[in-house]
Amino acid sequence: MSQAVSAPGAPAEPGDLPETRRRRGGVVWAVLRSRPQATLGGAVIVVTILIALLAPYIAPYGPREKVGPPFAPPSSEFWLGLDDGGVDMVTLLMYGARVSLIVGFAAAAVAMLIGGTVGILAGYFGGKTDITLMRITDYFLVIPDVPLMIAIAAIWGRSLTNIIIIIGIIYWTGTARIIRAQVKSVRERVYVRRAQALGATDRRIIFRHVLPQVAPLLVANTVLTVAIAIFAETALAFLGLGDPSLISWGRLIENAFVSNAITVDAWWAIAPPGIAVAIVILGCTMVGTSIEDALNPRLRVGHLSVRRFRLRPTPKDAA
Amino acid sequence: MRGADYFLKRTVFALVTVFVAITLNFIIFRAAPGDAVTGLRCQFCTIEFKDQLREELGLDKSKWEQYVIYLESLAQGDMGRSFVTREPVLDELIDPLLNTLPMIALGTAFSIVFGILSGVVAAWRRGTFLDWGNLSFSLLFYSLPTQWLGLMLLIVFAGTLPASGISDPFLEFTDPSWWDTFVDRLEHMILPAATIGIVLYGEYALIVRSSLMETLGEDFVLTARAKGLRNWAIVWKHAFRSALLPVATLIALSLGYLVAGAILVEAVFSYPGIGLATYDAVTERDYPVLQGAFLILTLSVVFANYMADLLYFKLDPRVAE
Repeated sequence: MSQAVSAPGAPAEPGDLPETRRRRGGVVWAVLRSRPQATLGGAVIVVTILIALLAPYIAPYGPREKVGPPFAPPSSEFWLGLDDGGVDMVTLLMYGARVSLIVGFAAAAVAMLIGGTVGILAGYFGGKTDITLMRITDYFLVIPDVPLMIAIAAIWGRSLTNIIIIIGIIYWTGTARIIRAQVKSVRERVYVRRAQALGATDRRIIFRHVLPQVAPLLVANTVLTVAIAIFAETALAFLGLGDPSLISWGRLIENAFVSNAITVDAWWAIAPPGIAVAIVILGCTMVGTSIEDALNPRLRVGHLSVRRFRLRPTPKDAA
Repeated sequence: MRGADYFLKRTVFALVTVFVAITLNFIIFRAAPGDAVTGLRCQFCTIEFKDQLREELGLDKSKWEQYVIYLESLAQGDMGRSFVTREPVLDELIDPLLNTLPMIALGTAFSIVFGILSGVVAAWRRGTFLDWGNLSFSLLFYSLPTQWLGLMLLIVFAGTLPASGISDPFLEFTDPSWWDTFVDRLEHMILPAATIGIVLYGEYALIVRSSLMETLGEDFVLTARAKGLRNWAIVWKHAFRSALLPVATLIALSLGYLVAGAILVEAVFSYPGIGLATYDAVTERDYPVLQGAFLILTLSVVFANYMADLLYFKLDPRVAE
C-alpha cells in the first residue's frame, strides 16, 4: 500500500511529512541515502563493525602478544607503537572495537526496549498510566547517571553482562520521553481513531499503527544511545569498573593512564583509543541527528537565512 | 496564584526525588545480593572482623529495620564512617565538595558563554561555511571522552600549567599574599575546568543552534523582519530570548553530566574534590564513602534542578500552566 501512494513527483504539502506518512519504514533508509552527513556516519559505523568482526584475521599481531619493548614509539613495523606491555596498539584498537561496540549496541537495545515500552504505554494509554510512568522517568532523569552507574557497578561486580544491563537501565529515560510525546500525537490522528471505532484492540493498534509511526524516531534515538553507551563504557572502565579480562577502548585509555604513559610521553598509547571512540560517537551522532532533523518539520522553515529567505519548506529540504 | 501552585509542585517534586534517591541508595548498597562486607576486598580481614563490621553497620538486622535506621541516621546527618580512615563520611566529603564547586563553576561559565555565542552565530549563518565549521567543532568536542581530553591537555600543557593537585605545596613557605594564593588556586583549576568546559561547550553550542534554528522559523520572526528591524535586533532581542527556554531546560539536564565530568576530570588531574573522593572510594571499595558521595552528588543535582525550575518561571511564567 505504501508503495502505491508514494508516486514519484507527488506534490508535497507544506508542513507535511510526505516521507514518514507514505513510506513508513523507508525514512531511515531515505535519510541515510540522501543526507551526506548521515551517509558518512553510517559508513563509519559499518566500517568499524567490519573491523571489529574481522579483528582476528586482519590484526597484525595477537592481542596479548609481546612484540617489543614497553612503550616503543610508532615505527614502520608498529604503526601506532606499543603499549606498556609491549603489545601492538593497532591490534589492541581492533580488538577493543569488539567490546566497545558490543556494549554500545547491546546496552542501547536494552535502553530502547525499556524506554520504548514506557514511552508507548504512557503516550498511548494516557491518564494514570501516563502520570505514573512519567513521574518515574522524571526521577530517573534527575538522578545523575554516572554516580548511579558507579554505585551499581561497584556492588554488582564487573562482568560484561552487568555493564551492559547497568548502562541499559540508566539511559532509557530520554527515549521514553521523546517516544511518549510522539505517541501522544499519533494517537489523536484520524486513522488511529478510525481503527478504534472499528473495534481494533489496543495491542493491534499499537503494533500496527502506532509503532510503525514512531519507529524512525526510535531508531534515531537508539543510534544516539549507542554513542552514549560507548561513552559510558569508557567512563566505567576508566574508573576501574570495566571487565578486567576484556580489552575495550575504555580499558585502553584507563590502562595508559594507570601505567603512566604520560610521564614517558607515550602519546601513542593514549591518543588512538580516544580518537577511535570519538569517531564512532561522531558517526552515531550524525546518523541519529540527521534522522531526527528529517522528522522535524519546524527546522525546514527559516525566516532569517543568509543564503535565501525561506517562508515555506521547499521540496528539496524535505529529504 | 498559579505561581504559588507551580512553586509548591516543584518543591514537592524535588523532595520526592531526594527521597527516591535515598531509597535507591539504600537498595543498591543493602538489598543487593550479598552485602557490602561480603564484597569487601581485604586480605587480612578475619571472619570475626567482618561480623563485627556487619554488626556495626547494622547488617545483621532485617532489611526493613535497616531501612528505618538508615533514614533516622541520615536525618541526623550521619552517613556512617569510612572503611579506610574511620572518619565520619560527611566530614570526609564536605571539604572536597567545596573544592569542586569553584572548578565546576569556572568550566560551566566558560562553556555557557562560548556555547551560546557560537550556537547563535551558527544558527544565524545557517548553511554557510561559518555554520559548518562551528557545527563540526562542536560535534567533535561533544564526541571526545572527557577523561581522554583531560589526558591530552595534560600532555600538551604539562610544562606550562600545574598538572595535578589544588595548590602548590611549597607556596606556604614563601609567606604568600592572598593574591598569590588566589592565582595559585586558579592555575591549578584551569586544566580541569577547561576539560569540562570544552566538552560542555560542544553540547551547548549544538543545543543553542538547533533551538534558535527552530525559533527563526516562527511567525513573529517574520513579523519582526517585515517591520524592517535589523538582523542583529531580530536575533538577539526577539529570537534568542524565546529560544532561551529550551536552552535553559537542556542546560539543567546536563547538570548530571557535570557531576560525571567532575569525577573523571578530578581523577585525571588528582584534583582533591568530591569526584576524586568518589574515584578513591571506588578503587578502595570504601562503600560508606561511595554511598555518601552518591547521595551528596544526587542532592546537589536535584537542588540545582530545582533552582533551574524556579528560573524558568522567571524566564517564562507560562510554564506554570
